[in-house]
Amino acid sequence: MPDWPWPGDWLRPEEWTALRLSLLVAATATAGSLVPGIAVAFLLARGRFWGKTVLDMLVHLPLILPPVVTGYLLLIGFGRRGPIGAFLAEHLGIVLSFRWTGAALACAVMGFPLLVRAIRLSIEAVDRKLEQAAGTLGANPAWVFAIVTLPLILPGIIVGLILCFAKAMGEFGATITFVSNIPGETQTLPSAIYTFTQVPGGEAGALRLALVSIVVSMAALVLSEALARGVSRRLAG
Amino acid sequence: MSELLVDVEHEQGAFRLAADFAAPAGVTALFGRSGSGKTTLVRIIGGLVRPRRGRVVVAGETLVDTARGIAVPPHRRRIGFVFQEGRLFPHLTVRQNLLFGRWFAPRREPGTEPDAIVDLLGLGHILHRRPGALSGGETQRVAIGRALLAKPRLLLMDEPLAALDDARRAEILPFIARLRDEAGVPIVYVSHARAEVAQLADTVVLMEDGRVTAAGPAAGILAASAAG
Repeated sequence: MPDWPWPGDWLRPEEWTALRLSLLVAATATAGSLVPGIAVAFLLARGRFWGKTVLDMLVHLPLILPPVVTGYLLLIGFGRRGPIGAFLAEHLGIVLSFRWTGAALACAVMGFPLLVRAIRLSIEAVDRKLEQAAGTLGANPAWVFAIVTLPLILPGIIVGLILCFAKAMGEFGATITFVSNIPGETQTLPSAIYTFTQVPGGEAGALRLALVSIVVSMAALVLSEALARGVSRRLAG
Repeated sequence: MSELLVDVEHEQGAFRLAADFAAPAGVTALFGRSGSGKTTLVRIIGGLVRPRRGRVVVAGETLVDTARGIAVPPHRRRIGFVFQEGRLFPHLTVRQNLLFGRWFAPRREPGTEPDAIVDLLGLGHILHRRPGALSGGETQRVAIGRALLAKPRLLLMDEPLAALDDARRAEILPFIARLRDEAGVPIVYVSHARAEVAQLADTVVLMEDGRVTAAGPAAGILAASAAG
């Protein structure tokens, strides 16, 4: 056995649980947001339709609303007795309130504007003349999107995903309001840190989890930098 | 038989275009000052602009007929387009750029083989490079090869040399001349440079202020326009 403590010993089991849960929630929120995020970014960047301003506002609302308000709105809408929540529970058997899936939804809603913003900017930067050229070479619009537009906006997608993931890792207000703070089900890192700060003698635990949060966030940032740089180098030729 | 029949009218702001001409095999130059409507006309032929009124027929197939509501989208026209700025895909290598249209071209259609195009345009040594690392002349040669490898029935070249300096121009002109003699694809070549037109064109369509003022065999038209 090596002398240094295996990371498993640094954290207590319930702290591990909070970390694993946070990673699961953030990954689910980010993965689930990807396709809708690209679609909405496209609508906002290229679309010309009635209600575009409204869509733009709706997407960005979680950025400016107090997270507690967003969580409360989710509770009203997606709670067991909420209109959407009741429908999902009755017809699809999906329950979000007080489940980790609800935490993922809350994190997705909070991270969505960051994802959409990054992708939208990269779509607006795409030279549409290249798409036109692809059309003259025989590619229909779906192919043009898949093999010209998508690779060109890849750096923006990566940045958006990382931002969304980081936001989801740190999300607290909307999550705790919507799905509460249940250890093993909805207690993510921030909720666990919050709980530690509320009990006597919890400082050490809070500090450990704070360090974990910092490490995870930094790793995400470094990864996104590396990926974005690799992709841009490919694009630059 | 004419490879291309065009009879269109179009308005863009205050500019009016009304052009009617037929192009036989070989190189047909749309020749005239900038602003005479040449670029709008090739964009209509390629399907990038939809004319207000008129018809475009290529190799016997009607691609545009506003009276019958026909407007074939660009990706189904099988018309190659070489743009002034090259427009190579920056995320693909030269080889991938060249083969781009190959995926969408009908498989059984006869067409020039990639190796032959690479030889013809002298691209062998840059196949692995990306467009960002090419000179202006190389970029245009790749753009020409890319358009040809999509097996087009007609090749449109919109001022392909205008963005290059004289030396690069002199470097590419022979390639285009070889293309005319060996590839067997009718070419519509847009230019405002008399020297290029004189060297390449079999047929000249003279344009001025959105109208065709003369059309016919190159030598006659060029001589007449020089005298006038």
